[in-house]
Amino acid sequence: MTRLQEIPWLEKLTKDTPTAQSRPRSGPIARVNLYRIPLVRSLLESKWPQLLIRILTLSGFVFIIAAGLFGSLVGSHNFAIIIVWIAWWTALKLVFIPFGGRSWCSVCPIPLPGDWLQQGGILEPGKRRFGLNLRWPKRLKGSWMQSGGFLLIGLFSALTLTAPQVTGWVLLGLFGLAIGLSLVFERRAFCTYICPIGGFSGMYAQTSPVEVRVIEKEIYAKHEVKSCYQACPWGLYPVAFRDSSACGLCMECLRACPNDNLALNLRPFGTDLGREKTSSRVDEAFLALVMLGSVMAFAAIFTGPWGWLKSAAFEIGSLPWVGYASGYLALNLIILPALYLLAVWAGQKFTGTKLPLRRAIAIQAQALLPLGLMAWIAFTVSFAFPKLNYVLGVLNDPFGWGWHILGGIDTSRMVPVAGISSLIQVMLVLIGLYWSARVSQKLSADKGKPAPRTNIPVLAFSMTFTLVMFWLLIG
Amino acid sequence: MGLIVLFVPLRAGATEPTERTFQINAQRFEYSPAILKVNQGDRVTIELTATDVVQGLAIDGYNLETSADPGQTSRLTFVADRQGTYRFHCTVTCGNMHPFMTGKLEVGQNSLLWRAIALTGLALVAGVWKGRK
Repeated sequence: MTRLQEIPWLEKLTKDTPTAQSRPRSGPIARVNLYRIPLVRSLLESKWPQLLIRILTLSGFVFIIAAGLFGSLVGSHNFAIIIVWIAWWTALKLVFIPFGGRSWCSVCPIPLPGDWLQQGGILEPGKRRFGLNLRWPKRLKGSWMQSGGFLLIGLFSALTLTAPQVTGWVLLGLFGLAIGLSLVFERRAFCTYICPIGGFSGMYAQTSPVEVRVIEKEIYAKHEVKSCYQACPWGLYPVAFRDSSACGLCMECLRACPNDNLALNLRPFGTDLGREKTSSRVDEAFLALVMLGSVMAFAAIFTGPWGWLKSAAFEIGSLPWVGYASGYLALNLIILPALYLLAVWAGQKFTGTKLPLRRAIAIQAQALLPLGLMAWIAFTVSFAFPKLNYVLGVLNDPFGWGWHILGGIDTSRMVPVAGISSLIQVMLVLIGLYWSARVSQKLSADKGKPAPRTNIPVLAFSMTFTLVMFWLLIG
Repeated sequence: MGLIVLFVPLRAGATEPTERTFQINAQRFEYSPAILKVNQGDRVTIELTATDVVQGLAIDGYNLETSADPGQTSRLTFVADRQGTYRFHCTVTCGNMHPFMTGKLEVGQNSLLWRAIALTGLALVAGVWKGRK
């Protein structure tokens, strides 16, 4: 099989650049440094292409808020609802995350005004900077608040995803919160610790085929200024990257490095997974479980045939909603964590493994990532694909005011995916399970020795989740 | 092997086609009943009654559609000649959750679900085997 580095045209491109960029890399995993390709390099080196995309997304974001607040009250006729919850949400799960990791974060409009205020300029830092620049409180670190944010989305999903004004206010609130936090705390506190979509993207970015990495650690160590850290709006040291969950792919470190010592690598899917972690972060495991619980709940509410559940989820504050909310929280806060904890504990207990339980929980949680990502993609196929015709409808009439911007185009025709949609969903969920089992098996190996079967209960957990998803999606 | 499990034809249970009639009440995001079970070949009549606003019903995969005014009943008759599970959904904007107002028509056994369950074991074994390498 041809290794990616051996692709002839790529090798030829970089023969005349004797920098860290062009040194041959050794290691078991094939990578292509996209930053060595002249066209990609010129696009990334200049800040203008990214700024233009950001201005576009920011304009779109403002327009979406306006459409949400002032447009039609009917969700399926409103630009805000359809573009955010059908078009963007679909693109995020089907394109941005699986193929680009946190690539959406690099053009997300929400933190931009805060960034510009913090650095006192748009393209380059200015003389007058705004904000208190405080450190984020240590006790609030981790992904707990992002998990909480996602739980809130789930609790109010039926209303938020269907009521344009609620979507408008939620987006406006996130915008204000991001700006407010950037004026109090340093760097991108909102994106790192609060944004639920950041948590979602960051976690599943570990499965993606893109990474930013330091090329030569020795060169990095000798460089005292650490320009990459200074330039990083997220406050990250690229040399410390163990996975791609935190990096927002803004490319500032590549631009700032005077030694040209950073690479934007294309790598095999899931490269970050299946490696033993040294940390015992149970917050990451909890976030992964919240994602599993949420996708089950979303599939039941939005694609299931249970009208009573849809009504209960929609009627915020009513007794049925209290019942729904209790069930949703019990699933995410008690049932799934308890089952997963039991699975990890049982694996440890019955095989006599001495690994601390917290560490085992954190390590095996990696196996939940491909499972969750593929389940979300499968849900999206059933949720959004049949409704893609609405996108044309709101482009024709964004506010639901009777406009015909696209003229006489028929915007009512449904996307005919019924025949193939179920089959695609089955394949996607199965790929998730296969991938998850593979990661779990690799993780249960003890420093090269054969796997001691510690993961069998976790595999049973994954299989049960898969069967529930099948029942919800195609049952 | 996975493809064999997925695509090998399964013998449907032999049952005499019969006439089946379902009275469905449609109101605010909900069909009642929302799950219809028939045998392949049955002649199915759906009587859709809207109890609040104008409601519609379209069956994915069958290309059939009807709608009913408030308090009125409309009928849809067809032969359920395709095996499998098909969603039906509302076609008239009836409120916030309208795009998600769905029901389910089960024609014969849900062979895709059974195939998926069989493939679950296969995917698990394949993943474990690959992970050992």
